[in-house]
Formats: sequence, C-alpha cells, structure tokens
Amino acid sequence: MSNTAQTPWQDIEPLLSVQQLSKFYAPGKGCGDVSFDLYPGEVLGIVGESGSGKSTLLNSLSARLAPDAGKVIYRSEQFGELDLYAGEESLRRQLMRSEWGIVHQHAADGLRMNVSAGANIGERLMAIGERHYGDIRARAEQWLQAVEIDSNRIDDKPAQFSGGMQQRLQIARNLVTHPRLIFMDEPTGGLDVSVQARLLDLLRTLVAQLGLSVIIVTHDLAVARLLAHRLMVMRRGEVVESGLTDQVLDDPQHPYTQLLVSSILQN
Amino acid sequence: MSQADGYNFAYLDEQTKRMIRRAILKAVAIPGYQVPFGGREMPLPHGWGTGGMQVTASVIGTDDRLKVIDQGADDTTNAISIRRFFARTAGVETTEKTADATLIQTRHRIPERPLKNGQILIYQVPVPEPLRFIEPRDSETRKMHALREYGAMQVKLYEDVARFGHIATSYDYPVMVNGRYMMCPSPIPKFDNPKMDRMPALQLFGAGFEKRIYAVPPYTEVKSLDFDDHPFEVQQWEGSCEICGSDHSFLDEVITDDAGSKMFVCSDTDYCRERLAEQSAATTEEVAL
Ligand SMILES: Nc1ncnc2c1ncn2[C@@H]1O[C@H](COP(=O)(O)OP(=O)(O)OP(=O)(O)O)[C@@H](O)[C@H]1O
Ligand SMILES: [Mg+2]
Repeated sequence: MSNTAQTPWQDIEPLLSVQQLSKFYAPGKGCGDVSFDLYPGEVLGIVGESGSGKSTLLNSLSARLAPDAGKVIYRSEQFGELDLYAGEESLRRQLMRSEWGIVHQHAADGLRMNVSAGANIGERLMAIGERHYGDIRARAEQWLQAVEIDSNRIDDKPAQFSGGMQQRLQIARNLVTHPRLIFMDEPTGGLDVSVQARLLDLLRTLVAQLGLSVIIVTHDLAVARLLAHRLMVMRRGEVVESGLTDQVLDDPQHPYTQLLVSSILQN
Repeated sequence: MSQADGYNFAYLDEQTKRMIRRAILKAVAIPGYQVPFGGREMPLPHGWGTGGMQVTASVIGTDDRLKVIDQGADDTTNAISIRRFFARTAGVETTEKTADATLIQTRHRIPERPLKNGQILIYQVPVPEPLRFIEPRDSETRKMHALREYGAMQVKLYEDVARFGHIATSYDYPVMVNGRYMMCPSPIPKFDNPKMDRMPALQLFGAGFEKRIYAVPPYTEVKSLDFDDHPFEVQQWEGSCEICGSDHSFLDEVITDDAGSKMFVCSDTDYCRERLAEQSAATTEEVAL
C-alpha cells in the first residue's frame, strides 16, 4: 500500500519550520544542520542506526533540548507563530501539555507509574483547569476505550499493564487534550512483534481519524513504511537523504540508505 | 524566669537568627512560597520540631509569651520540652492560654479559639513540598511552582475519589495560598484548614529537615483544593466532647479502660478547660442568685 501524501502542501503554511538546527555533544555525536517543514496532518519518520542522532533531533524539535544553533518555528493555535527557543520556558511547557503530545520509548518516562490509569489520562485535563471529577473520569474512560484498553482497568496502576498497554495508555494520556502535533521516540521499541503490529495499527487509525501531525523516530524501517508519509535518513548526526517514504525505501539514492534498506531486506 | 547562662538568647546565635529572619521576611512577602534557609542543628532530633523551633528562636523577644501545643495539647512531652527549652534559653514567660500567648508553636493543630492580629502561629513541618508525592525531583517541583503547574496536585485528589468515593485526605490537606502558591499546611487535620483562610494572625511554617520556611501573612486567602462535584468538607462527629460538651471542636477518641471503652474529647486542651471554667462560673452564678 502507499503512504504518498495527497494533500497539496504548497497551499498551506507549515506547522513546524526547522532551520539549520544543530545540537552536538561532541563531533559526530548529536545532530547538525537539519532543515525541514512539517505540514498539518503529515507524518514524518526519522530513521537511522543507533547513535545517529535521532533522539537528539527529536528532543530539540520538541522543546526539550536547547540547540547550539538554528531555529524551530511552530505555528501555535493559542500563541500564533513562535520561535520556540527564543520564548519563555513556561510557554514551551504549556505547549507540551496542550497542543503537543510526547510519547516516550520507555513508558515509565511518559507515565506516572504511582497513580492509576484514570489519573494518568486525567492529569492533562486537570492541568488545563478541569475541576469536575465526574467529567474527568468519563473522558478517561472514553480514551481508554479509544486505545483499546478495557475501561474497567481505569483504577489499575500502569505497572499492572503489559508493555503494549502501557504504550497505549501513554498515547491516551497525550491525546485527551486533543493535541495537533505528536512526537514519538521508538514507540514500538521493546515490544513483541504481534504487540507492535497492534500498536502500529492503532496509531495509524488515530492519526488518520484525528488528523494528527506526527514526528516519529524509529530504527525500524517497517514501522517507518507503515506510518510515515515522509522520511529523513540520519547518519552520524546528519540528514543524508529525505523524501516520500516509498521513494526513499524503494529507490534509495544515498549509499548509506541503500545499505540500511538492504540490511532490513536480509533479515 | 531568668535566662540560663552559657547560651545566646533563645539558643541560636545572632547570625543564624538574622539569616532565618531574612528567610521569614521573604516568605511573608511571597505567601506560600518555600524559602530555603541554611538551618542550624538544634539540640533535638528531627521530627521533634526543629524547623518550628528555629523560627520561634528567631522571632521571639524578651516580652513574648509562648504557648506550645502538640496535637492540641499543652502537656505532651514534646510540648513541655520545647516550652521549657525557651523558658530556659530565652527566659520568656510561657502560657497554656491561647488568648494570652503572643507566640504559639504548634505541631498538628490550630487552636479552636480564633487567633488575633498581632499573634504569631508557628507550625512544625515534616514535609514542606506538596508536589513531592508525584515528583521526587526538587529541580522539577521548583519549576512546577514557578510556572504554576498544579494539575498534578489535583491528581492526588482524583486518586482519593477513585479509590474511596470521596476525598479521603484528612491531614496535610493541600491549599492554594493567595491564588498563587500550592502549600502543605503541615499535618493539621483538614478540620483546621478553614481557620487558615484570612486568619488575622501571622502564620509561619518551619521545616527543619528540608530547611524550608514559608508563611501566610495576616488576612491572606487560603483555599483548600477540591472538585466541583466533590467540594471540600471538614471532619464531623456525631457526638460532642464528653468533658465540656462542645459540638464544634475537633475531637480525639480516647480509650478509657482496658476493656476498650472510648470517649470523645476536645483535642484542644486549653479550649476544653476554658469552656469548663466558663460553665462552672455560670453555675456558681446561678447558685448565687
Ligand atoms: N546527554 C548526552 N551527553 C553526551 N552525549 C550524548 C548525550 N545524548 C546522546 N549522546 C550521544 O549523541 C549521539 C546521538 O545520540 P542519540 O541518542 O541522539 O542517537 P539515536 O539515534 O537516538 O540512537 P538510538 O537509536 O540508540 O536511540 C550518540 O553518540 C550518543 O552517545
Ligand atoms: Mg534514540
């Protein structure tokens, strides 16, 4: 099947504009000179081997890691056009719990493990001022169902959930405030293949239903093919190739991408 | 009473007191905000109110009259030793009467008799950070306060209602001070929370172990957190105090014999005694008539 984007991107303004973004811990360790635009409803995959700088880039894009150079411009519903790192930290944190969602590779980093599933989902609602317990709980139940978790598990703690359920709970916790832009770092990492498939399916459905824009980091090209409209291939901190997913995977131009694609074909 | 030799007035050296007073001034200027201070060791183990004692030592003067309560009582070991400590090291007068005290150091209660402007209530605080239960990192809780990110606090109440059907938190019930800072009122019963709201007296809080001071200036708004559909409520008792008959004070359950018989009495011993005295005065008057 094809993920080729149908929308005429040219007519709309990008949601996120990234300009010469760089963040290096040491030479070759980090990410450098990254520029791209992300349009509403678009799913961008960032692929590359371990240590290539995918997470560094994602963290810089999602306002969690100040870059050494470059800019991230985000067009906010509430605040208009924002130069992310030029503004106040309070603004960035406000974005993170309203218009954005962040799905971590390790559920423990994205969930509050010591409170119930319902509280995990309700937290963002309470953070934006909801004060009606009954409403908050009803919304939490709806979102559990939306991510295919039985709503009678609402009072269980995340530790009582399987790995796949924890990831789905993380997604529900983010989506409850209807964010427009989701950042995901290896959301299927560490899960069994069948569990992965179910999660990917759910993600695809939600992204399509809610018209979400997504930036997803993965080293798994199968995941990238299934979810992403466009791909950026990273190597040693640099983007070596980018384009529509099918083009990049079926007709890779850069020798590194060719290697990456052939190695997945081998196993 | 005269001051013991060999100690500085109220035990603490003047430099430390000045430092603590600066922290107190800052705390009063920013109601509910936790001000760090470089505490000194007091000759008592933590958990015995060393934070409260350092605050008391820093604000007490020769003409103050000190009252110390522990769970409402003036006569527990803890209350007696703290009172004696200041009587000895500062030579100040002490009292058990709420109305007569200029300073009241407390562990876990607010007196029933309304406090007046000019009095100072000093709380001993074991854990000053209301967000600690959900966020262990100090750097993060500081940021949450700075940015007023208090959604996590409501999570605690959510968990209560989910588990027990109502807000079960009954001590150290979180409050919002002056519409700005989330604050732990220390482990007082939530019964006492409404007394904090717009209290005419100055309220100072000292946490010895974590070295934090915070304050609620006189007449400041203190609001207990709740949900629209689960509003804040205080504890209630079916009966009344079996000593003075009070039906409006915080009652303690006391076991009266080996068979497990119980009775309910005022936790505020001074308040109970005063009510009894008034009643017997009234009876005497009646008899005299
Ligand atoms: N906090 C840090 N301090 C120093 N070096 C770091 C730090 N974080 C990452 N690095 C280094 O930067 C490089 C890029 O790391 P990054 O985590 O972005 O890679 P990645 O592509 O996400 O890898 P993986 O697929 O293993 O998650 C690596 O060499 C890593 O060791
Ligand atoms: Mg990574």
